[in-house]
Amino acid sequence: MPPYDAIVIGGGHNGLTNAAYLARAGRKVLVLERRHLTGGSTVTEEVYPGFKYSVCSYVVSLLRQEIIRDLELARHGLEILPLESTFTPLPNGDHLARWSDHDKTRSELYRHSPRDAEAYDDFGRLMYRMAVAVKPILSMIPPDPTSLSLKELKGLLRLGRHFRSLGRKDFASLYRLLTMSSADYLEEWFETEPLIATMSASGIIGTFLGPRSPGTAYVQLHHYMGEIDGVFRAWGFPRGGTGSVANAIAAAAVRLGAEIRTNAAVGQLMVRNGRAVGVALESGEEIRAPVVVSGLDPKRTFLGLVDREDLPDDFVLAIERYRMRGSSGKVNLALGELPDFKCLPGAGPHLRGAISISPSVDYLERAYDDAKYGQFSRRPFMDVIIPSVIDPGMAPAGSHVMSIFVQYAPYAINGGWNDARREAFGDAVVSTLAEYAPNLKEAILHRQVVTPADLEDTYGLTEGNIFHGELTLQQLFFLRPATPWANYRTPVPGLYQCGSGSHPGGGITGGPGLLAARRILADTKGGGR
Amino acid sequence: MLRVTPFHPRTSELCQARNWRRWAGYLAAESYELTFDREYWAIRTAAALIDVSPLYKYRIRGPDAERLMDRIVTRDVRACAVGQVIYTPWCDDSGKVMDDGTLARLSEDSFRLTSAVPNLNWLVQNALGMKVEVQDVSDTTAALALQGPSSRTILQSVCDADLNALRFFRQTAAPLAGVQVFISRTGYTGDLGYEIWVDSDLALPVWDSLVGAGEAYGLQPAGLLALDMARIEAGLLLIAVDYVSAREALIESRTSSPFELGLGWTVDLGKDFFVGRSALVREHERGAAWQLRGLEVQWDGLERLYAQVGLPPQLPAHAWRSSVPVYANGSEVGYATSGCWSPLLKRYIALAHLRNDRAAPGSEVQIEVTVEHQRRQAPASVVTTPFFDPARKRA
Repeated sequence: MPPYDAIVIGGGHNGLTNAAYLARAGRKVLVLERRHLTGGSTVTEEVYPGFKYSVCSYVVSLLRQEIIRDLELARHGLEILPLESTFTPLPNGDHLARWSDHDKTRSELYRHSPRDAEAYDDFGRLMYRMAVAVKPILSMIPPDPTSLSLKELKGLLRLGRHFRSLGRKDFASLYRLLTMSSADYLEEWFETEPLIATMSASGIIGTFLGPRSPGTAYVQLHHYMGEIDGVFRAWGFPRGGTGSVANAIAAAAVRLGAEIRTNAAVGQLMVRNGRAVGVALESGEEIRAPVVVSGLDPKRTFLGLVDREDLPDDFVLAIERYRMRGSSGKVNLALGELPDFKCLPGAGPHLRGAISISPSVDYLERAYDDAKYGQFSRRPFMDVIIPSVIDPGMAPAGSHVMSIFVQYAPYAINGGWNDARREAFGDAVVSTLAEYAPNLKEAILHRQVVTPADLEDTYGLTEGNIFHGELTLQQLFFLRPATPWANYRTPVPGLYQCGSGSHPGGGITGGPGLLAARRILADTKGGGR
Repeated sequence: MLRVTPFHPRTSELCQARNWRRWAGYLAAESYELTFDREYWAIRTAAALIDVSPLYKYRIRGPDAERLMDRIVTRDVRACAVGQVIYTPWCDDSGKVMDDGTLARLSEDSFRLTSAVPNLNWLVQNALGMKVEVQDVSDTTAALALQGPSSRTILQSVCDADLNALRFFRQTAAPLAGVQVFISRTGYTGDLGYEIWVDSDLALPVWDSLVGAGEAYGLQPAGLLALDMARIEAGLLLIAVDYVSAREALIESRTSSPFELGLGWTVDLGKDFFVGRSALVREHERGAAWQLRGLEVQWDGLERLYAQVGLPPQLPAHAWRSSVPVYANGSEVGYATSGCWSPLLKRYIALAHLRNDRAAPGSEVQIEVTVEHQRRQAPASVVTTPFFDPARKRA
């Protein structure tokens, strides 16, 4: 009998979640992580002494509440602090801010447009209703509409009934949301340019699309899912950086009996008689288990670890066609002092939330134009947070760290990524931000620039896609990563997927890890010891 | 106009929300900011500064001070060393709790007692014939709670006392900002934290010094809304909410003994005498009729109730304090007295009085919830408190 019931490839937050749930059900689980630390892209690293960077992912929105409860993550040190505002500085010296307090937001919006202040509430209510309707899908193992089996049909029926609860008008809105561009959708509601731009930016994150590209409106809805939780205040910053999410899950997994090995890169899936039977490490070591779960993205899993002969051709083709197209990078800064924004000088609550460089839709679309033709955006969209203001432990007292999510930085940049282009990209980011906060350049003590190529090389994200594949409609739900293998199973019996390349997709949600565990436990009933 | 605390010149400036509540005849901030999230999270992740000056405070001095205290409270005061603080309830003759608070032994013959309601008369009555002086220092002593994981670092940076050596429920005198204060490692949050006791006249420099030192560590003034959630997570009782003082109870059924409040561990029946002892001896023999327990509302069940009306679960934005029936197998087995959604634990928690035979941890009960004006019952699990008990509290 093999020593393990299951091997999880990849110690990212989904792999760890999966392992924790399998261990919780009494299974003997081994997690194999290629790097020297777990977390994957959910990681905090002290790249510069004394300064902790959330190197990749930097906020938590949709981490599922049930995971926090089931795995008792609070006991294992998880604390998610609220991000209370979105601040958009403008080139004309004005700004737009949205706060956690409704009245404060309303009076700010009123200053820009009395009509928008009212529409904002109506819009919020509509998105809330739609998010309520869509959210259960996130907790569902996708049914397969191409199958006529009774079980799948039942799942579809349940889904249909669920959508009927929306009512005709909201259903029409949902359909429009699924098909429109985020800018078009928002322009139907609002007239304040920076409001439209900042809100539409949430539709482009992680995709190689612009705010005027159809299909981007839907991604905004994902952002409202966190809002549903109302008092949950799900949008937040984990104390200690995003790495503490992975650390808490890892601690829970270990406490539940899972074993974690770092510096253990998997080279190949071992298949015997068409079934997965274990993995071979790059070191040559072979470890056997009847269940192998991959937390890697679909391309790395199926095109990297599995022999082509073990997979059906049409599946391989679908995975080859699956779109990654990383479009974003990160710049992490260690700062000697806080940025001083021209439009809102001094320290204040506007530095405690997200700072969005998104003055207009044209600005964002131009940033996309650069990327379309193989350049990084000379003046990119940026989503900035200053973690040390929220959690002073991230930097030495009085100093700060700044996390800058940058789009666009195409993976397929003309001439390929190299050190010179990385630094030029970093310069473009800092210069653009310094137009709004001129003291920034002087305040920088250390700069880390992470390009899509770095995301691929260091963090194993194919083409640097932060979501393990774009969150666009053609690769969501029962199409993620490819039908009919959206239910965490794969064409190789015994091999499962639990990464962000499976439903419900990217972000620090834990959803794929959890749902895959449910699938595995159901498939291997009585498989515990 | 209600009275204001010695910190009012600072707190009134900081209180953007203008959200004040009455507390023992004083004006007390419910929240400082427009939304109180950051105040709550400061308690659990950084540090919060809470003005707790409205507490009643008594100095008890004299050769019979120990005797008086030992006579009144249920715990053994003789075992309370100088520099130690004990949490204790005290009872009336029928063994029903009148109040609860902390008792600090400042020297062999001197104590400081804190309480939630006035106790001067009770102390003086019990001191009849004893060589002891009881002084109400409520108005002349200001009190600040500095609570949260960073509290030690902040406090250490402004005072010379070795705080690493100051254990949980110990206290020490120390200069802070040039002012002589008492620092006790106590609090109402169940977290690492301290309470600082200072003469009212000298209160402001202490505030300023802590706020200045705390800036780099995320120190945040916090109000009672945040404190209320933290104390429920910590399973700490609130008089007039979770129990009725024996002095206030109009009918006997409203009173509670320490055994019924989960405070059996504070009752030292080995003592020769304390007020209420004989009643408590009898109760101890026959067993308490009630138990105070934690309830965790089961999420799936709550979600189902709301899904029936087409809503996601509607959770309370802050702690509630009202009596809510609890059922098992269709009959009423107790009542919850306060509860909240714990943003930290992502659990809906409550403190409840349960009939002894229905109070076993792990058992399933139902708690009443009002869903769209309809009374419904949500499944809940009986658990022991505290709900949250970080190692740093004692470390």
